[in-house]
Amino acid sequence: MDATSGTRTPTLAVFKLASCDGCQLTLLDCEDELLALAGRVEIAHFLEASSAVAPGPYDLALVEGSVTTPQDAERVHAIRAAARHLVTIGACATAGGIQALRNYADVDEYRRTVYARPEYIDTLATSTPVSAHVDVDFELRGCPIDRRQLLEVITAFLAGRKPDVPDHSVCFECKRRGTVCVTVAHGTPCLGPVTHAGCGALCPAYGRGCYGCFGPSGSVNLPALIPLLRRDGMDEEATVRFLHTFNAPAFDAAGRESRPSEEGVAK
Amino acid sequence: MTVTDAEVTAVLDRDGLDALVTVLRSDGRTVIGPTVRDGAIVLAELSSAAELPYGWGVELDAGRYRLVPCEDGAAFAHSAGPQSWKNCLHPQRERLWSADRAPDGEVTFTEEEAATPSYAFLGVRPCDLRAIAVQDRVLTGGRHADTGYGRRRRGALLIAAECTAPGATCFCVSAGGGPAADTGYDLALTEVVDEDGHRFFARAGSEAGRRLLDRIPHRSADLATEVTARTSVDAARDRMGRSLPPVDLRALLGESLDADRWDDVAERCLTCGNCTMVCPTCFCTTTEEVTDLTGDHSERWQRWDSCFDLDFSHLHEGPVRSSGRSRYRQWLTHKLSTWYDQFGGSGCVGCGRCITWCPAGIDITEEVAALHAEHEATSVGHETAAAAHGTERWTETER
Ligand code: SF4
Ligand code: SF4
Ligand code: SF4
Ligand code: SF4
Repeated sequence: MDATSGTRTPTLAVFKLASCDGCQLTLLDCEDELLALAGRVEIAHFLEASSAVAPGPYDLALVEGSVTTPQDAERVHAIRAAARHLVTIGACATAGGIQALRNYADVDEYRRTVYARPEYIDTLATSTPVSAHVDVDFELRGCPIDRRQLLEVITAFLAGRKPDVPDHSVCFECKRRGTVCVTVAHGTPCLGPVTHAGCGALCPAYGRGCYGCFGPSGSVNLPALIPLLRRDGMDEEATVRFLHTFNAPAFDAAGRESRPSEEGVAK
Repeated sequence: MTVTDAEVTAVLDRDGLDALVTVLRSDGRTVIGPTVRDGAIVLAELSSAAELPYGWGVELDAGRYRLVPCEDGAAFAHSAGPQSWKNCLHPQRERLWSADRAPDGEVTFTEEEAATPSYAFLGVRPCDLRAIAVQDRVLTGGRHADTGYGRRRRGALLIAAECTAPGATCFCVSAGGGPAADTGYDLALTEVVDEDGHRFFARAGSEAGRRLLDRIPHRSADLATEVTARTSVDAARDRMGRSLPPVDLRALLGESLDADRWDDVAERCLTCGNCTMVCPTCFCTTTEEVTDLTGDHSERWQRWDSCFDLDFSHLHEGPVRSSGRSRYRQWLTHKLSTWYDQFGGSGCVGCGRCITWCPAGIDITEEVAALHAEHEATSVGHETAAAAHGTERWTETER
């Protein structure tokens, strides 16, 4: 099924829920390809780039951000209803993002502590990925997403094929890139062995450990990694923090899957 | 490569080694050799022999690599770096062909004809000479040769560095090799550092090696240097850091498909794929189709893959090897057993890279020893049971 067959130009829409805009910026960052892209799709809704919006339905909707308010929970259904293909972009839309740390805390207490008029704040107790609310056609990971992968997803959509987005570990990319492993050669804790590839193993290439911004890979063995993090100097609190950053609920779920008897990642 | 009647030998000093790199470069060769980068001895293009890791050794263990100064100032006092020569000969990503669609709909295909560098590899360890021979067999030996590999390989000049200081994760002797370069090299160097100075005992292994020796300053080999060189390589045979059990590994692995040990190692294995990426014989690739936004240009690329990737065994409905157990077992069984069935030999040369560069420190020699112990402990009972039930012991069970 070629999305571009027929005479009509496919429409692209970009929506934002609770997020920092970094993933949408990645689209604007595709400078060299933007012209070609603009020639191939009609950008019907992309507030970051233009305030002119065309009504749906849209052939491809990219959704950034997580669901944190009752309004967003409704909106995401409207977006789904208007989109032939819905692709989430980034850790927020795909796993709840950094703001999902609230899932482990008391949001009412935050509200009372932080805001002078807490009653102005209308928020949900949790930050959840788009897939918790509606069906999603593809989830692109990363905080932020990788621009080559975004182009691959859009290009694949235009060609009517499956995007080539491998779900193996970051270590694959790290070795392909020829980086010296920071764990083995320097004793630096690294989440690469359990993290979804996609960034090209950016952090280890600059001498620091992967901090898991692409979330869990397709094959996670957290109980095998945690003793290594401990060995490399992380105590329990540091380990929990390490795993509870951009994709906390996703790593928690991966931890439960790899050892069902345990709760959470670092117990 | 011509085998010579009388072995041509010589002794080079450090200036001779400098000249060697200069001559190779002036011949238009890309000289690749060991050099220090990011706290490790990596393989990279050398612009001069001064970039060799003079004075650096390595301290190795399972899952651990540390660069340490070595007092004698040797250039080749290291082993098991994070890369191997396959990074050059069998690169991690390579375009195979591209296709273009003209406005009239006509599609043309273009085979990739990338410029092939003329490599000279300086400091190839004997285990890696064997690993190159293994990959030659795999990638060019069958009906479907990898032409890119073949081109790069044919043009490559191999200068070996024999081992006098094996690493703690080395086990080439028990893998059927040894620290001496026997065959497959153009020039073999043995580094000697003693009261008579820092020098390299050189042996030509081919016509190209002999011609190369002629062009660089050297002296004829004196007996003392030759004896010291040969004795220290011999002595290295007994200083292997590790060893595989001296049993028929092909049979052991073939008979261990249902071993409990696989569950034990699967608990520790991250399925991260590092072992296969660093292994100098692992050759697996996948293909990737790259299209551009216009849809009129498409390219096929080949990139390294690994049996630890779930996608690697993906058939309809999902991966055949979904558990960590089945993927680790695939890796080890392929290396030591089914490789014989496929390519007539072992897939492991005992370089120790998979041990050193496994973040979890999983040690192939330890796993094989445990499988052997389990096999010994259970084989009597097994055989009786198998005979009693008339069962086939080579059943592959997926857990
Ligand atoms: S540095 Fe991290 S990502 Fe790279 S190989 Fe080591 S553990 Fe894997
Ligand atoms: S299996 Fe391990 S020791 Fe054997 S050749 Fe491969 S990396 Fe080297
Ligand atoms: S061990 Fe795995 S990656 Fe290596 S050659 Fe065999 S199947 Fe391929
Ligand atoms: S054996 Fe080690 S390097 Fe290989 S996949 Fe398992 S954890 Fe990774």
